[in-house]
Amino acid sequence: MVSSSQMVDPRFIYKRLLTYAALLLLAYIFLFPLVFMIMSSFKPQQQIFTDLFSIRALLPVGDISLNNYIAVFEKSAIKTMFVNSMFITGSTVLLGLLVNSLAAFSLSRLRWTGQNFVLAAIIALLIIPFEAISVPLLMLVAHLPWIGWENGQLILESSWLNTLHVQILPMVANAFSIFLFYQFFRDIPKDFDEAAAIDGATPWQIYWKVIVPMSGPVFATVAILQFLNMWNQYLWPIMVVQGESARPLQPGIQQFFGTTTEWGEIMAYASMVTIPVLIVFLLFQKKFVRSMASAGVKG
Amino acid sequence: MTDSAFIQPPPMARTKKNDSLMRRQRFYGWLMGSPAFLGLILFIFVPFVMAIILSFTNQRLLSPNPTEGVGFRNYDRLLAVTWLKQDAQHDEQNHVLLDAKGEPQFERLRKVLRQNESYKGYDELSTFTFSDSRVVILAKDPLFIKSFINTIKFAFMVIPLQCGAALLLALLVNMGLKGTNFFRTAYFAPVVTSMVVVSIVWTFLYHKDIGLVNEFLNKISFGMIGKINWLGDPKWSMPAIVIMSAWQGAGYQMLIFLAGLQNIPEDLYEAASLDGANSWQKFRNVTLPGLRNTTIFVIISTTIAAFGLFTQVDVMTGGGPSDSTSTVMYHAVRKGFREQDIGYGATISVVYFLVILAIALGQKYYFDKREK
Repeated sequence: MVSSSQMVDPRFIYKRLLTYAALLLLAYIFLFPLVFMIMSSFKPQQQIFTDLFSIRALLPVGDISLNNYIAVFEKSAIKTMFVNSMFITGSTVLLGLLVNSLAAFSLSRLRWTGQNFVLAAIIALLIIPFEAISVPLLMLVAHLPWIGWENGQLILESSWLNTLHVQILPMVANAFSIFLFYQFFRDIPKDFDEAAAIDGATPWQIYWKVIVPMSGPVFATVAILQFLNMWNQYLWPIMVVQGESARPLQPGIQQFFGTTTEWGEIMAYASMVTIPVLIVFLLFQKKFVRSMASAGVKG
Repeated sequence: MTDSAFIQPPPMARTKKNDSLMRRQRFYGWLMGSPAFLGLILFIFVPFVMAIILSFTNQRLLSPNPTEGVGFRNYDRLLAVTWLKQDAQHDEQNHVLLDAKGEPQFERLRKVLRQNESYKGYDELSTFTFSDSRVVILAKDPLFIKSFINTIKFAFMVIPLQCGAALLLALLVNMGLKGTNFFRTAYFAPVVTSMVVVSIVWTFLYHKDIGLVNEFLNKISFGMIGKINWLGDPKWSMPAIVIMSAWQGAGYQMLIFLAGLQNIPEDLYEAASLDGANSWQKFRNVTLPGLRNTTIFVIISTTIAAFGLFTQVDVMTGGGPSDSTSTVMYHAVRKGFREQDIGYGATISVVYFLVILAIALGQKYYFDKREK
C-alpha cells in the first residue's frame, strides 16, 4: 500500500514514471505488428512502403480502401475456407464439451470398477504431444472407412483424407479437457447428486439438471481453449487435406502467402483470419484471461 | 497436481440395495464415458502404439508393395553417427599438397566413403580441419542430426527469453497501476493470434531492406547496427524465429505468473518491509521462492512446446537457409508426410517422444532434488 508520505516523495514519482514508460514501450512492442497488419490491409502496396518508417504505418491515413479485401475474395477461396474453419471449430468445441464433460462426470460422480485405472490412463495420455502421434495418425485416417453421400445415394469411402470430419473427430476427445472438467466436478458437494438420486433421478438427469447448470465456468474455460486451439490448427490440416474444398483458413493463408507478392492483400487476408478471434477475445476478455490462467495453473 | 487429488472416497458398505445401485452406476459410468474413452483410444493410444510398431517397418502411406519388418534399420538410419580422420595429401617430396585456395588438399570424401564398406550409407555432417589433417563427422541422416541440434538451440534460446519476458510482464502488470487492464490485454493479444499469421507478419518485419526490425535497431543504436538479413542468413535465422516465438507466447505465461503472484501472501511482503528489505531483496527472497512451482510449470511446458517447433519454420523459412532452421518436427513431417515414408516418420516420432519424456522427467527430478 502507498502511504501519503510516499506520494510526495519525488523518487516515488520518478519510479512510477519509469514504470509507465516500461509498460508503454512493451505495449508498443506487443501491439505494433498487429496494428501494422490491420492498417496495411487498407492500403495499396506503394503506400505501405512509403508509410513504413513513420508513425503513418500505424495509422489509417492516405489512400484508404477495401480494395485489398475485395481482391482476396476474388483471388482465393477464402469464403469456403471461412465456412470450413467455422464448421470445424464449432462442431469440435460443441462435441468436445459434451463428450469430455460426460466422461468427467462418469469419472467423478459415478462409481464403477476400473475407474481409477481409466483416470490414471487419461492423466498419462496428457504427456503425449499431438506432434508425436501425427504421422501414425495420418496413416490411420488414410485407411479408415466412412459412409459418404454422393449423388443421392450412400457410398462407402475407404479413407478420411480430404474431408471435414478428419479434422473434427480425432480432436473431440481431449484428455486435458476431461482433466479440467474432472477437477471442477469433483469439488461440487455430493449432497446434490444424492438428493436428486433419492428423488429418483437417473445419472443422465443428474448430469444435465444438476451438474451442468452449476458448471458454467469450466464449460467456458474448455470452450475457449478448444476454440483457440481449433481455429489456429495448422499442422494437422496440411497433412490430411490437399484440395480446397475441405481446407480451413490457416493453411489457406499460408498458401495465399506463397502465391502473391501483394503485401496489402496478404495483410487483408491475415486480418480477416485474426479479427474474429480478436473480437471474441475482447468481448470475453475477463473470461479468457481467467480460463487461460486456471488451465495453466491446473495443468 | 497432487496425488491426493485422485484418492477416491471409501467404498460404500455392501448391501443388497447398494449392489443394484452399483450395477446401475457401472452401466451408466461406462455408457457416459465411452464416447470420450473410445476417442482417446482410437486417436491417441492406437496411433501411439502404431508409431512404435511402424518404426520397425518400411511402411509407406500408399504403396502397392507389402510392408516388411526391418528391425532396427530405421533407428540406425536415423541415429548412426561416426567419424573419420584424414591426413592431407603429400607429393613425392613429402610436401603437403595445397588446393587453389592455398588450403591443404585432402582425398575426396565421396571416394573414401565409397571405398570403405563400413562407411556405407554415411554422409558428411560437419568437418573440423586442423593444419594438415581433418576430422569428418559422418551421419546416416545428417539432416536429422542437424535438425535435432537446431531444436535444442531453439529451446535453449527461447526458454530463458520467453519465461524471463513473461515474468517481467507479470511483475509490471501486478503493480496494480491505473490502466493495468489495457496493458494486460495488449501483452496477451499475440497469444490469440494464430502462429501462421504471426509468422507472415513477422516475415515482413524481418525483411532486410524494408523490415521494421532493422529500422528499429538502426534507430536505437544510432546507426551502429547494420542491416541484418534475418531470415536469409544461417547465423540469424534461428534467433529470428526465437524472438518472434517469445513475442507470441510470453503473454500466456505472463497470465500463469500473475496467478502465481496473487497466491503469495501479502503478509510476507509486510514482514519483509518491517525487516527493512528493499524492493530487490523482497523480489529475491519473497517473490521468487513464492513463484517456485509456477516457474517449474512454466519452464517444463515451454520446453515441451519448444520441441514441437514446426509452424514458424514451415511458414517463414522452410527449414533453410542451409538447413539452419530445420527441426525435429519439421524433419518428421518432411519424411513421414511429404515423402510419405511413414515407417521412418514414425521412427522420428518415437525418438521425439522419448526425448520429451526424458526432458520432462529430468526437469522434474532436478527440481524435486533441489527442493530437498
